[in-house]
Amino acid sequence: MNDALISFHDVGKLYRNGTIALAHVDLAIRAGEFLTLLGPSGCGKSTALRLIAGLEKASSGQVERVLPHKPGTIGFVFQEPTLMPWARIHENVLLPLRLQKVPAREARQRVAEVLALVGLEEFGKAYPRELSGGMRMRVSIARALALRPALLLMDEPFAALDEITRFRLNDDLLRLKKELATTIAFVTHSVFESVYLSTRIMVMAARPGRIVEEIVIDPALPRDQDARASVSYMDYCRRASRALAGAAAELPPQAEGSKTP
Amino acid sequence: MKIQPGIIRYAPSAAVVAALLFAWEAVVRLGHIPPFILPAPSLVLTTLLSDRTTLFASLVVTLETTFTALLIAVVGGLLLAILFSQWKWLERALLPVAVTLQVTPIIAIAPLLLVYLAPQSAVLVCAFLVAFFPILANAALGLASADRNLVDLFALYGASRWQSLLWLRLPAALPFILGGVRIGGGLALIGAIAGELAAGASGRETGLAFRIIEAGYRLDIPRMFAALALISFAGIAIFVILSAVSYFLLRRWHESALDEGN
Ligand SMILES: Nc1ncnc2c1ncn2[C@@H]1O[C@H](COP(=O)(O)OP(=O)(O)OP(=O)(O)O)[C@@H](O)[C@H]1O
Ligand SMILES: [Mg+2]
Repeated sequence: MNDALISFHDVGKLYRNGTIALAHVDLAIRAGEFLTLLGPSGCGKSTALRLIAGLEKASSGQVERVLPHKPGTIGFVFQEPTLMPWARIHENVLLPLRLQKVPAREARQRVAEVLALVGLEEFGKAYPRELSGGMRMRVSIARALALRPALLLMDEPFAALDEITRFRLNDDLLRLKKELATTIAFVTHSVFESVYLSTRIMVMAARPGRIVEEIVIDPALPRDQDARASVSYMDYCRRASRALAGAAAELPPQAEGSKTP
Repeated sequence: MKIQPGIIRYAPSAAVVAALLFAWEAVVRLGHIPPFILPAPSLVLTTLLSDRTTLFASLVVTLETTFTALLIAVVGGLLLAILFSQWKWLERALLPVAVTLQVTPIIAIAPLLLVYLAPQSAVLVCAFLVAFFPILANAALGLASADRNLVDLFALYGASRWQSLLWLRLPAALPFILGGVRIGGGLALIGAIAGELAAGASGRETGLAFRIIEAGYRLDIPRMFAALALISFAGIAIFVILSAVSYFLLRRWHESALDEGN
């Protein structure tokens, strides 16, 4: 466990309005892994990511950060593409580099590089509204990669996309991960997506937000479209679904809350 | 593709205006209504042309007041809104004053201003006061409306206050600011006219509102209408110019400036 980039020790998060978003969470993100937080809406997945990114402070417990405290070591991809609509695509991707005062020449080269990585080298001059939802999300990923982060955080990045686009972006993401050798912490509420992408899944439950099960996925599991129908893939999916259902059954039935899309 | 929809879009309103003018002209002529009761549009136009030296000189005076006031209101409103966005306590401290000035009718403030200030300055202050608040309020709202995730992103990359303001808050606020300027432009004209009415003949250079009073004393009704028409034109022109500026600045990215689809 010494290769952890960030670890949570008994972390709790209480929002000012009294919501206990997280309680007693222990978690470590290890170098090189693809870790997924899987759970129903409202179980504190986004809160956990924000704590990892340092955008929020823990109310109790400790968030230990081994990564250097330099802006840019962590990249963040939000559920929406979150682009600046008034800026062209290349300016959007340039933003982190500009904020970190990377010299203009090098920055321009980096922008071209990451845009090529996500297959959008021809769209640098376009405005965000001229791109499709899937392309915008790829721009968002390119922007997060611009500073070559050691850790990439992704908060349900593909939730708003259609399934065909989502599958393609899943494959793109796996390819990027291999090429760049970054560590990824990913959030989703899709069981299939989590098994397809991850090397490790943390299943979470709500009220209070906590981790109920850890599922380690055999790295040898093939990740391609055929694998989605394989027996071992289905086994993992079943396990994850059971963990989710088991956590949900512990709760008394509630009028509102666990909305599923 | 470009011209035809324009014609189609503006044809109905042009037809309505033409029909109204035609009906007005017809009523006056067929009813033999004397010009000192209701002048026909054709007579208003003739008056406008024959009195053009005086009337256009007054138009320039009124427009100068309006645009000077608008410029000061834009600069002042924007600066104050930026200060508000940086220091919330400043907003809490100053907003009540701004609101009080805004809700007190300008017509009621004008006579008092005339006591303390030279007529020209008093008119300018009237126009400024009414234009200022919508610009301030819209800019303040806009500066607080940046996408929360983008704000987080800027924080994540260690952006300074200044960088966040320049690259995020101001561009995000631009549509709001331009909306405020558009409202403020129309209001500045109203404020200028109200100030001129209150000032009456006391100024040496006189605006359009004074021409209306003056013509009223002489029962020169066609000239009253002519001056009024000029004020309307000025108002329309201000609106069109500011809308064009807004469109030009937003056309690339903002919903309000995109083609209306169908
Ligand atoms: N800023 C906040 N202030 C108060 N409560 C909050 C805040 N952010 C989140 N919460 C609450 O904390 C809980 C966890 O929220 P969080 O956004 O982390 O859930 P999530 O797992 O990401 O859900 P989703 O899948 O819907 O995005 C929820 O009950 C939410 O209402
Ligand atoms: Mg969330």
